[in-house]
Amino acid sequence: MPAPLKLLAVVETAYRATLEEQDDPVLWLTQVLRNNGADIHVLLRGNAVNYGVRGQDASGLRFGEVAQTNPPNIERDIGGLLAKGTSVFVVSDDVKARGIDSDEILGGLRAVTQADLPELFGGYDQIWHW
Amino acid sequence: MAASEKTLTFVLNDPPYENARSTTAFRLIDAAIRKGFSVNVFAYEGAVALPFARQAPHANSVHGTDVAAENHPNPKDWIAGLAKAAEQRGAALDWVNCGLCVDERGVGEAIAGVRRGSPADLWKFTQESLTTVVIPTR
Repeated sequence: MPAPLKLLAVVETAYRATLEEQDDPVLWLTQVLRNNGADIHVLLRGNAVNYGVRGQDASGLRFGEVAQTNPPNIERDIGGLLAKGTSVFVVSDDVKARGIDSDEILGGLRAVTQADLPELFGGYDQIWHW
Repeated sequence: MAASEKTLTFVLNDPPYENARSTTAFRLIDAAIRKGFSVNVFAYEGAVALPFARQAPHANSVHGTDVAAENHPNPKDWIAGLAKAAEQRGAALDWVNCGLCVDERGVGEAIAGVRRGSPADLWKFTQESLTTVVIPTR
């Protein structure tokens, strides 16, 4: 029997449909794939490193009388991935370039540099760059 | 579950009529089919509208063409063409639309051959394919 596939989902597009979906579609998909047995992990790079920033609050959206009552909570969703054993990496160069202090980043995320990526990618069978 | 050396999986994300990424994906799928590969597609988010059956061609007053002369391509027809090309080569195009994404957009009327599915299908596709190619959105 071949070894189980090891996948890395690279999330670069940030806040894609997060208000409409009330989550990030790739993080959601990753969670569902893990529930189906996939050994899939996550790398946040580019603007998506902002998903790793603590204390974001997307509540309060209202159009006329239509209010959003279950806004996205990316911190909760990343916490859910971590709780299931998902490795969540964040590119520290991209964090720094956006003026984010490392102490603003959620606990449990693993910082990697841009230069680390080739070796990191080498540890996976497939890289899914979203 | 053994991976087939002659099957590729593509994940599409973009809706029709927005950018060239979807057309580029179709070119890649076409090339794979021409080389004898079977192709799985998992359409996610806006890409579920690519095979929407009610797409309709239109005339183009700027071009001075009527509907027939404009021969406006609809992505659903390109997908049907890809499926036929695969069949002619003894291969297959297995297209799965993310069901929740379909419901959100009200595009449940898809062309023949398109199936409704879930991320479980993507995982199955991935395990059964030589590799999986994600065409990202931006």
